[in-house]
Amino acid sequence: MYVILAIVSLTSLGLFLGLLLGIAAKYLKVESSPVVDELESLLPGSQCGQCGFPGCRPAAEALAEGKAPATICPPGGSALAEQIAALLGMDLDLSAVKEPELLVAKVSEATCTGCTRCFKVCPTDAIVGAPKQIHAVVADACIGCKKCIEVCPTECLQMHPVEVTLRNWRWSKPALPLPEASGAVC
Amino acid sequence: MLSLFSKKRIRGGVHAEQHKALTATQAIVSNFPLPEKLYIPLQQHVGKPAEPLIRVGDKVLKGQLLAYSQGMISAPVHAPSSGIILDVNDYPAPHPSALPIRMIVLETDGKDEWLPAPIVADPFQLTPEDISLRVGAAGIVGLGGATFPTAVKLNMGRENRIDTLIINGAECEPYLSCDDRLMQERAGQIIDGVRLMLHGMESDNAVIAIEDNKQEAFLAMQAAALPYPLIKVIQIPTRYPMGWDRQLIRYVTGKEVPVGCRSSEIGVTIHNVGTAYATHKAIRLGQPLVNRVITVSGGAVARPMNVEVPLGTLISELFNFCNVNSDLTARIIMGGPMMGDSLPHTGLPTVKATSGILALTQSELKNTDEQPCIRCASCVTVCPAGLRPLDMANNIRINQLDVAVDIGLKDCISCGCCSYICPSNIPLVQYFKYASGEVAARQQAQHKSEQTKRLIDARNARMERIARQQEEEERVWIAAKKERERLKAEQEALV
Amino acid sequence: MIPHMKPSSGAHVGVNASVSQIMWQVMLAISPATAFGLLLFGWPALNLFIITVASAVFFEAFYLRLSGRIAKPVLMDGSAVLTGWLLAMTLPPWAPWWIGVVGSGMAIILGKQVYGGLGQNLFNPAMLARVALLISFPVEMTTWANVSPLFFSHSPGLVESWHITFSGLENLDATTGATTLGFIKTEFSQNHVLDEILKDYSGFLSIIGWRGGSLAETSTLLAALGGAWLIRQGVIQWHIPVSLLLTVTVLASVFHVMDDQHYVSPFLHLNSGAMMLVAFFIATDYVTSPNTKAGQLVFGAGCGLLIFVIRTWGAYPEGAAFAILLMNAATPLIDHYIRPRIYGRDRKGKPLEIPKS
Repeated sequence: MYVILAIVSLTSLGLFLGLLLGIAAKYLKVESSPVVDELESLLPGSQCGQCGFPGCRPAAEALAEGKAPATICPPGGSALAEQIAALLGMDLDLSAVKEPELLVAKVSEATCTGCTRCFKVCPTDAIVGAPKQIHAVVADACIGCKKCIEVCPTECLQMHPVEVTLRNWRWSKPALPLPEASGAVC
Repeated sequence: MLSLFSKKRIRGGVHAEQHKALTATQAIVSNFPLPEKLYIPLQQHVGKPAEPLIRVGDKVLKGQLLAYSQGMISAPVHAPSSGIILDVNDYPAPHPSALPIRMIVLETDGKDEWLPAPIVADPFQLTPEDISLRVGAAGIVGLGGATFPTAVKLNMGRENRIDTLIINGAECEPYLSCDDRLMQERAGQIIDGVRLMLHGMESDNAVIAIEDNKQEAFLAMQAAALPYPLIKVIQIPTRYPMGWDRQLIRYVTGKEVPVGCRSSEIGVTIHNVGTAYATHKAIRLGQPLVNRVITVSGGAVARPMNVEVPLGTLISELFNFCNVNSDLTARIIMGGPMMGDSLPHTGLPTVKATSGILALTQSELKNTDEQPCIRCASCVTVCPAGLRPLDMANNIRINQLDVAVDIGLKDCISCGCCSYICPSNIPLVQYFKYASGEVAARQQAQHKSEQTKRLIDARNARMERIARQQEEEERVWIAAKKERERLKAEQEALV
Repeated sequence: MIPHMKPSSGAHVGVNASVSQIMWQVMLAISPATAFGLLLFGWPALNLFIITVASAVFFEAFYLRLSGRIAKPVLMDGSAVLTGWLLAMTLPPWAPWWIGVVGSGMAIILGKQVYGGLGQNLFNPAMLARVALLISFPVEMTTWANVSPLFFSHSPGLVESWHITFSGLENLDATTGATTLGFIKTEFSQNHVLDEILKDYSGFLSIIGWRGGSLAETSTLLAALGGAWLIRQGVIQWHIPVSLLLTVTVLASVFHVMDDQHYVSPFLHLNSGAMMLVAFFIATDYVTSPNTKAGQLVFGAGCGLLIFVIRTWGAYPEGAAFAILLMNAATPLIDHYIRPRIYGRDRKGKPLEIPKS
């Protein structure tokens, strides 16, 4: 008898609380989570599409829904990934993520016709030039979105890795000793 | 209690194996055969690179100005010998990456002919400003390895009223003995250089600090300083890194340089003995900095020595002269074995900062068989800066760079004590160098992404403006068209 | 031109120490005390010792295998052997074989490997295992054999020792007794005072180790000498042992002077309950003690205080293991608050001010 009473009362309590939660979810629903706005403000905003989403806003939405990893944005690099992870409280394992090689566009002077198509699409105005004159890419402003490559009629724009110079050379991270091979290092 | 702590003047440090006897007992070799080509980097100092003022094909004399200093913190570069300029282009730099840097290539003519320079009769009649001008024009930089332009330091000394000039003769790095030999053989010139520096900074007191493992150098310097009661020569304990400027300042004066300040702000300035010697040559003889004494040592060197070479000499020529066995060489190091960096090959020139080139055999190198950290805290004990290397390295390993910065990454001086002592052979210093570079790279990336946003905003604004203009024009055009049609209709109505 | 490898940073030279070298030195330091203990308690003690060390190595290898790593290089660092060794030192010498096996399993797997292996553990593995054993198997863990040295006529022979180790003791009362501290605790509960309790106690026998207890509890002298040698070798620092022993001595002296019938003398404190082993070998464990000298002084003092408190007022006669575990838990906190002052900064990390001249 007591057993049945306990089961009944707990079940009804559960149902009641579940109902409450359901109602709350329906009426207190937040249409657009503020996190998305915050995420969007972190992202570069160049709508370059390198993440696979049509723009920065959709990418931010995917991030907020947990459908995209914190390392989604190639131009943002690991610094941005850390900011996103901190905002979303995600665990970020950068060691597993290979830092994507940064590429910048470069104009081949031999084939450039000065058609101006590329600098019209460049989201950061990184390409300078004038009609009928050879264009040039300001490497510091290029974000590697490849939009110019698509519109170039003569394929004179190509992506090149960022040149390593004494100014941006960095010490590499010491390799972790592999558990299998602690006897065989260099 | 507090006074107890502040009296403790040496903190951390290690007793590294010296290996100095290989070179410290023989005189400086000065008959190094003049190389056929010299590779002279335009940047051998902290600050902006020098700007070349010669052209390819020009004939230059030894000591002639090749490139002038640009900006406040910079230093000029002079011809280390007479000859013809072959090229001004990018060549591999003496740097662990051996990436290219701009250099002047000089083909020597073998005459080694000096550019005649007027000699000052009594330099103590010169104004202090003139002294620093001449030091600056001679291209003198800190020869202990920091390569900060000496003239700038002299000027700062004058502005800040220096009460003690410390001359760093510690030479605490193992293997190196070039400063030791210089003090033994050219004590008089060094003391003269110190007096000139004092004159240039308008101060009186100098302390020459020499580690107590260099007895001969100490005696020679003491004898040379005897006539000048305000120049004191003292012995300091042999303990790496005694030659770290801030450690030496604390030991000699008891003062600690606050983080983010220059030592001149607390009334102390510090120069290397080699710098004092170069100052003497620049002021007394009018000779700019075109050569220096370099220690070539290590287990793979058959004839280890201190040798005076023109700047820009390729390491390969030095190694030939000293009979380096390339099969035995496991690592080439520029500088000392504690703070120096490895070099990938020997086709790199020596520069003003090169105090030594080492060719070490495998058995001299520290084991690289890395094991897990057992938190033995030896690194904490030996750190002269008071950091906790093990915690920093652990955080860097898991990419918590911000935490590493919070617990003192930026106060690390890369002295190498932690790596030296670590029983688990963890490359701690490399972790810190990596992290510092990465932090800088992230700051740059952050900067770039902000700039990108600005650029995008600017572009969007421009696009919007253009769109608005077009819209406006269209409206005007439509209005005009309507007007025309109306007028036309009116006319038709009239007709 | 000699082509050379990737860039490597200083220091290019260094001390030729290694983890295993440190471990072996510790083992060397503790071996005289161990040998003497084994001599005193004969074959059963040796059986248990071998079983404990061997199973520690086995569990380490087993776990490494499970996690897909090659065991041999890790085993060679000697840390598992040392953990097993230290654990064996704290067990009753005639305890059954499974005490050693279970203890080693807990020490290696729960105490060390689940945290990520060497250098990652929060608690001293040997002490963790000892406490777990003491709570789980109180009877076996408090059955202390009387001294019965090897080759004496009434001591168990080799064959008999296998019986003791593998099927347990048969005649408990004839061959076992209590440790000094345990005996005192029991007697106190019957309202006896120290003069009555300690009439048979011999300080001399105690200091050379001729009395019941764990292997480590026996010879104060040999353990202390081993510890002193380790300090001389630079393997451990003096800070923890000195502050620990000093704290216990001071506290015990104060209370003993106040009431010498109810508080044990400092001499007896230092001389019993594996105090020397704890001070020199357990508390100084690198992994679970603070990094800085000041932190180590605090750590040692904390251990000493807790040992004294637990021994004097606690339910257990012997508190070292608990004290160590508690202070291990406090170690991250100590390291957080007691850190070296960075050059050019004050204790809070702000840059120093430029002194006005």
